[in-house]
Amino acid sequence: MTARTGYKKPRKLKDFGEGSKKVRILMMIGSLAGGILMWYLLSKHPVIGIILAGPDDVIKKGMTEEWAAGRLQKNIMVSLWRVLGGWTLAFLAAIPVAFLSGWYAKFKNIVDPWLQFLRTIPPIALIPLVILFMGIGEEAKLTVIFISSFLVMVVTIYQGIRNIDLTLVKAAYTFGASDFDIFSRVIVPASFPFILVAARLGISTALTTLIAAEMTGTIYGLGNMIQEAQLYFRMDKVMLGIVCIGIIGFALDRTILFLEKKLTRWQ
Amino acid sequence: MTTPLIKITNVNKTYKGVSGDVVALKDVTLEIEENEFVAIVGPSGCGKTTLLNILAGLETYDSGTVTFADEPIIGPGIDRGVIFQQYALFPWLTVRKNMEFGLKYRGHSKEKQKQITDHYMDIVGLTEFANLYPKELSGGMKQRVAIARGYATSPKVLLMDEPFGALDAQTRAQLQEDLLKTWETERKTIFFITHDVEEAVLLSQRVVIMSARPGRVKDMVKVDLPYPRNQQTKILPRFNEIKNNIWANVYQEYLSIKK
Ligand SMILES: Nc1ncnc2c1ncn2[C@@H]1O[C@H](COP(=O)(O)OP(=O)(O)OP(=O)(O)O)[C@@H](O)[C@H]1O
Ligand SMILES: [Mg+2]
Repeated sequence: MTARTGYKKPRKLKDFGEGSKKVRILMMIGSLAGGILMWYLLSKHPVIGIILAGPDDVIKKGMTEEWAAGRLQKNIMVSLWRVLGGWTLAFLAAIPVAFLSGWYAKFKNIVDPWLQFLRTIPPIALIPLVILFMGIGEEAKLTVIFISSFLVMVVTIYQGIRNIDLTLVKAAYTFGASDFDIFSRVIVPASFPFILVAARLGISTALTTLIAAEMTGTIYGLGNMIQEAQLYFRMDKVMLGIVCIGIIGFALDRTILFLEKKLTRWQ
Repeated sequence: MTTPLIKITNVNKTYKGVSGDVVALKDVTLEIEENEFVAIVGPSGCGKTTLLNILAGLETYDSGTVTFADEPIIGPGIDRGVIFQQYALFPWLTVRKNMEFGLKYRGHSKEKQKQITDHYMDIVGLTEFANLYPKELSGGMKQRVAIARGYATSPKVLLMDEPFGALDAQTRAQLQEDLLKTWETERKTIFFITHDVEEAVLLSQRVVIMSARPGRVKDMVKVDLPYPRNQQTKILPRFNEIKNNIWANVYQEYLSIKK
C-alpha cells in the first residue's frame, strides 16, 4: 500500500448481484435465527405474551401434544393431498385450454372473457356457493382449489405462448415444418419455461385458497386446526399451524424451482 | 440462356395499418439466375425485408407474380432457406440439434444428418461448440450457426436479411470471407440484403439498388470483380470504382428521405 494522501480507490457501483452463495446462505440463516429470537423475546413481553405463544411453547406444548395424538401428521397429510390433488387437476386442465387459446384465436375469443371475469373474483368469495352445491366434503375443497389455481395457470401459460418469438416460428416454416410440427417442435418447447412459472404460481394460489376453504368449516386440515385452536384460545397451536403452512408452501415452491432449473438449463 | 430461377414481376405490396397504409413495394420487377449472388441495398424502410419475406413465402403480396423455377411461390418451402438478422436459433436446442432441425424434412437418415451437420460445423469452425446452447455463444458464433444451418439443409436459394448487420467489424470481415469461400466452393443462389455498399460489392455479382419508400428497383450494377475474392479485393481500383458509383446512387435516395 502506498501512503499517498488523497488517493482514492474506485467506488464499487451497484450491480444488483446476489453475492456469493456462501454469504447468501449465512445471511439467510442469520436472518431466520434473528426472526425466531425476536419472536421469542416478544412472547416474553408481559402484554404481547398473553396473545403470542413463543417458539418454545409451540414446540414443547402445541407440537408435542398434536404429534402424540397423531393429529398433526393427519392434518398435514390431508392439507397436502388437497393442495396437490386440486392443483394437479387444474394443471392438467390449464395446459390444453392455454394451448388451444394460443393456437386458435376463435377459441381464445370465446373463453377469454370468462377467464378474465372469473379471475377478478377472489376464490374465497366462491366458497359459500361451492358449499351449497357440494357440501363441505373433499369435492368442495378440491373444486375451490381447482378454480383458483386453474385460472392463474391458464392466464400465465397463455401469456407465455403469446410471447414466443415469431421469428422462430417463421424459421421453422422455412425449414419445411408442418403446422403440427410448429406446435410440437416450437410452441411446446418454447412455452416450457412459462409452464413451470405457471405451476409455481398455481401451487401458491392453491395453498392460499385451501387454508381459506378449510377455515370455513371442514374436518381435518391445517386451516381447520388453526380455526379450532383459536376457539379454545390455544395460541401455541395457532402458531404451529401457521408455521407448518409456511414450511409446506416454501418446500413446494422450492421443489418446482429446482425442477425449473434442471429442465430449462438452456434459458 | 435458361429461364431465371426467380422471377418477380410487377409486385405491389401495401401494409394496412391503424395509422394509415404503407406502400412497401411498388411495381417491383427482378430476375435472379440460378447460382447467382445478388445483393440488395437501399435506405431503411424501402421494403427489402418485405421482398425477402415474399420470396420466402412468409408474406403475401397484393398484385404481380412471383415464381420460383417457373412455379408460383405460395408458401415457405425447403428449396428456399432463410437466414434472419436475429439468428433465429432455437434456444432450447444445442448447436448440433439446431443444425439438424431442418434436416429431418429432407428425409435424411439419422446417420446422414450427423454427417452433414459435422461437415458444415467443420466449415464454419463450430465443431467444438456442438453441445452448447445458443445463449452460451457470442453474436458472431450464433450467426455462424445460422449460416451453417442454412447451408446444411441445402436449399436452392439462401435468402439472407442483413446477416452481418449486428456484428463487429472484425467478425463481420471474417464471416464475409467464410461466406465467399463457401459460395465459391458450393455455388448456390443467394439473395443478400445489406445496408453496407462495400459488403454488397465485395460479396455479390450484381447489386440491386432500391429506391426510398415506396420501394422500387432503382438500378442494377454488375460487379465484374475476379474470384476468388477476400478482404484484399477491396484494394482493387475497380472495387472502389463500383463502390463509389453505387454509393452516389444510394446517397441520392438517402437525401430524398431527408427532404
Ligand atoms: N408487418 C408490417 N405491418 C405494417 N407495416 C410494415 C410491416 N412490415 C413492414 N412494414 C412497413 O413497410 C415498409 C418496408 O419495411 P421493410 O421491413 O421491408 O423495410 P426494410 O427495407 O427491410 O428496412 P430496414 O433496412 O430498416 O430493415 C416500412 O415502412 C415498414 O414500416
Ligand atoms: Mg429489413
